[in-house]
Amino acid sequence: MLTPEQIETKLDRILLKVQKPGRYVGGELNSTIKDWDQVQTRVAFVFPDIYDIGISNVGVKILYDQINQREDALAERAYAPWLDMETLMREHGIPLYSLESKRPLACFDLIGFTLPYETLYTNTLNILDLAGIPVRSADRDESHPIIIAGGHSATNPEPMHAFIDAFAIGEGEEVIHDIVNTIQKFKASPNYKREELLVALAQISGVYVPKFYETTYLEDGTVAHTLPIIPEAPKLVNKRIVAKLLPPPVKFIVPNIEVVHNRVSVEIMRGCTRGCRFCQAGMITRPVRERSVQEVVDAADQAVRSTGFEELALMSLSSSDYTYVNDLVEAISKRFEGRKLTVALPSLRIESVSVDLMDKLKQHRSGGFTLAPEAASERMRRIINKFIPDEDIINTTRDIYSRGWTTIKLYFMIGHPSETLEDVQAIVDLCRRVIDEGRKVAGWKVKLHVGASTFVPKPQTPFQWVACDTRESVLEKQALLKRQLLKDKSIKLSWTKPEDTLLEAWLSRGDRRTAEVIYTAWRNGAKFDAWEEGHKHEVWMAAFDEHGLDHAFYTHRQRRTDEVFPWEHITAAVRKNFLFQDFRQSLEGQIRVDCRLNCFACGILPTFANLRRENPGEGWKCPDVKSPAAKMDMELPVVGD
Amino acid sequence: MRARITFTKQGALRYTGHLDLHRLWERAMRRAELPISYSQGFHPQPKISLAAALPLGFASRGEVLDVRFNEDLPTEEIARRLKDSLPPDIQITEVESVDERAPALQTQVLSAAYDVHLTEPVDGSALKRKVEELMMSESLPRERRGKFYDLRPLVEMLSMVTEADGRVWLRMTLASREGATGRPEEVLNALGIEPEYTRVERTRLIFQE
Ligand code: SF4
Repeated sequence: MLTPEQIETKLDRILLKVQKPGRYVGGELNSTIKDWDQVQTRVAFVFPDIYDIGISNVGVKILYDQINQREDALAERAYAPWLDMETLMREHGIPLYSLESKRPLACFDLIGFTLPYETLYTNTLNILDLAGIPVRSADRDESHPIIIAGGHSATNPEPMHAFIDAFAIGEGEEVIHDIVNTIQKFKASPNYKREELLVALAQISGVYVPKFYETTYLEDGTVAHTLPIIPEAPKLVNKRIVAKLLPPPVKFIVPNIEVVHNRVSVEIMRGCTRGCRFCQAGMITRPVRERSVQEVVDAADQAVRSTGFEELALMSLSSSDYTYVNDLVEAISKRFEGRKLTVALPSLRIESVSVDLMDKLKQHRSGGFTLAPEAASERMRRIINKFIPDEDIINTTRDIYSRGWTTIKLYFMIGHPSETLEDVQAIVDLCRRVIDEGRKVAGWKVKLHVGASTFVPKPQTPFQWVACDTRESVLEKQALLKRQLLKDKSIKLSWTKPEDTLLEAWLSRGDRRTAEVIYTAWRNGAKFDAWEEGHKHEVWMAAFDEHGLDHAFYTHRQRRTDEVFPWEHITAAVRKNFLFQDFRQSLEGQIRVDCRLNCFACGILPTFANLRRENPGEGWKCPDVKSPAAKMDMELPVVGD
Repeated sequence: MRARITFTKQGALRYTGHLDLHRLWERAMRRAELPISYSQGFHPQPKISLAAALPLGFASRGEVLDVRFNEDLPTEEIARRLKDSLPPDIQITEVESVDERAPALQTQVLSAAYDVHLTEPVDGSALKRKVEELMMSESLPRERRGKFYDLRPLVEMLSMVTEADGRVWLRMTLASREGATGRPEEVLNALGIEPEYTRVERTRLIFQE
C-alpha cells in the first residue's frame, strides 16, 4: 500500500490539472490530526459527494468529534473526488486517501459512510472501488476495513445490503462507540475473524448486519419475509436514539477554499411532531428533543468564534415549534448585536409570528423569505396533513412583502396521492394571489420563486403504501405550472426532472434485488446521480432490464394493505399500525393535530419507555412514562383488525 | 492603524488561490477578534490587500499583506492573536506597523525571488549551459495565452545551485510589476524543464524603498 509520502508526491503531479485542487489536500483549521501509531482504532468518515458539499455536513462532524475525543481512536475524512480528479487518480494509481494523514482508506479499521440521500449510492460503490476495497461485502476478508453506513436513507437499507457490512439505524452518536469498542475487542485477538466480529456487531442495538438475514419472495415478486439466519441477529432492528442531545459541535472545520455553505449550524431540536404524512424526516427522527436556549446560544457563539464564518443556521425540522423560539431569537440577536452575522432560522410556520421572528433577527432583506405550504387545495392539504388555510398564506406573504422582503420562496410538492390537475391549478391560483397582494403593498418590485418538487412515497411514512405519480402525469402537471406561472415575469419556477424523481423512488423503495441494479448501473458509468453531469437515465433503465426487473413494480404500484415491505425488519420505532391508521385517515381527508397536543401512541414511547422514564420532563415532547405498565396501554390494534 | 504582515504559505495551503486566501485572512482576523476596517458601501469589503498573487501550487516563505484596523494595537499583540487562528500551513514571520499614507502595497512590488527544486533527476552540466545561454541572450520571445512577449527582460537573476551530493536546483528573481510579471513556469519551459516535475517556492518579494 502507498505511504502518505508517496501519495503526496503523486498528488503534487496532478493537482494543478484539476478544478479546485484545494478539495483534495486537507490542512483545514479545526481538523484533527492524531498520531496514527498511538491509537488502537482508525476510523474514516466518508461523505460520498464532493468536498464542497460534504464539508458542511453536521452528522459527519458529530461523529468525527465523538471518535477524536477518544484516546484510543482517531477519525479522518474523505469525500468523493470530482470526475476530473477521479480520472487522474485512476491513471496515476492513487487510491482514495484520507485528507488528514493522506493514508489510503484501505488502511483504516472502519469506514463510515453518511448516506442522507439515495442518490449517493453509486458514489459509495465508486469510492470503495477507488479505495481498492472490494465493492461487495461478501468479497472482503480480515485484511479489509469494516464498512458501515448510516443516515436517513438507512431507513431502507436493503438496496445497499450487498455493499455495506453493517448499517447504523437511527442516531449515530452512541452507537458509533459501541461499534468501535466491538471492533477493538475482536481485532486485538491474534486470530481475528471478520465473521465473528460481524456477529458481534449484529447484536448491538441499532445495528443491522444484512448478511445475517435472508429475504424470500412471493410469486408476485413482493417480499414474503426477511428473517435472520443466525440466532444472534434480532428479528426486528430498532433504531437507536440518544435520550438527551449531546453538546453540539462547535469547532467546525474551516475549509481553505470556497464551498457551498460557509456556515455554522446548531441543531436546536431534533424530531418533529407535526405529522406531515409525506415527510420521512418527521416520521423517523421522533421523539422531539430540544436543547436549551442557553446551550444553543453559547454553542453558536463559540462556533462563530472558532470559525469566523459569517453565517449561522439554527437547524430543526420545524423552528416555530421550538418551545422557546421567541427567547432564542431574542438571545441570539442580543448576543450577536453589531457582529457581522447572517442568521438563518429555516422551517418557520406560515404565520405572521414568523415574520416577527425574522424581523427581530435584523437580517438583510435580500436573501428572500422561504415558506413551504406544500399543497394549495384544501383537499390536498388534508390528505398530506399539512393544513394551512389560504388566508394565512396570503396574510403572511403580504406581511413579508410589506416589511421589505422583495423575494418570497414558496415550496410546493406535486404528485401527492390522488392529486389532480385541479389541485395543481390551485398552486397557480395561490401564487398569483400572493404576488397580486404583494404588489398592492410593495409595488412591482416583488418577486416570487416557486419550487415545485415531486413527491416520492418514502419508507416508514404513512404514504409508504401509495404509488408514485406517473411520468406522464408529472409532466402534464409541470407543463401546467410552467404555462401558467411563467407568464408573469416576476415569478420564477423550479422543478425536478421526472427521471431524477424516479431514480430517487427506485432507490428508496427498492428491495435486495435492487442491489444488483445499482451495481450494474455503477459498472456502466452511473455516479454523481444527483448531479446534472452524473445521472444517466438510460444506464439505469438498462440495468433494470439486465436483471429482469420491472422498475414500475417498485415505483408505480399501489402496495397491498397486507404487503410485507422490503424494510419491514427495520423500524424507526413509529409502528406500521400507526402509519397505516394515519394512511387511512388521509384517504378520508382527516387531519391529525400536532402530537404535542395529543399523543397518538405512534410507538416511540413503548420502544423507548426506559429512556423516557430515566429522562422525564421538558426535554422530550412526548408524555412522561411513569411505570413500566405504561407500555401495555400504548399497544395499538394490528393492521387489518 | 495599518499593519504589514509577512507570512508563509506551505503544504496544503499551496492549493488555496488568491481570492480564497483573501477570505481566509478575513476569517482569521475575525477569529482573532481583530478590529478590521471595512470599506463603505452596500457590500463592505475588509481592508486587506495582498501584495502579489502567488500562483496555485507554489509554496512561499515570504508573502506580504497590508491590513487596516480601527484601532492601534501593538504588533506583538496582533501576531499573538493571529497565531491560533490560522491553519497550520500559514505562519506569521513578521508584523510591522506602516505609515497610513504609504502607497498601496501592490504598487510597490518590484520583483519576486523563487527557489525551484527538481523532483526528477536532471543532467546538471546541460542545465547549467542552458541557464548561462538564457542569461546571455538578448531577448527570449515567448507566447503565453496567445500573446507574444519577451521573457528575457523579466528575468533579473537566474542561477543553478549544486548541492554537495550533486543534486541541482534553481534560484531566480523575476520582475513582478503591473504588466511586467515573469512567471517561473515560463522560465522552466524555456530551460526545457517540465514544471510538473518541480516544486516552486517563493522566497521573498522585493519592494520599492
Ligand atoms: S409517542 Fe406520542 S407524542 Fe411522542 S412522537 Fe409519538 S405520537 Fe408524538
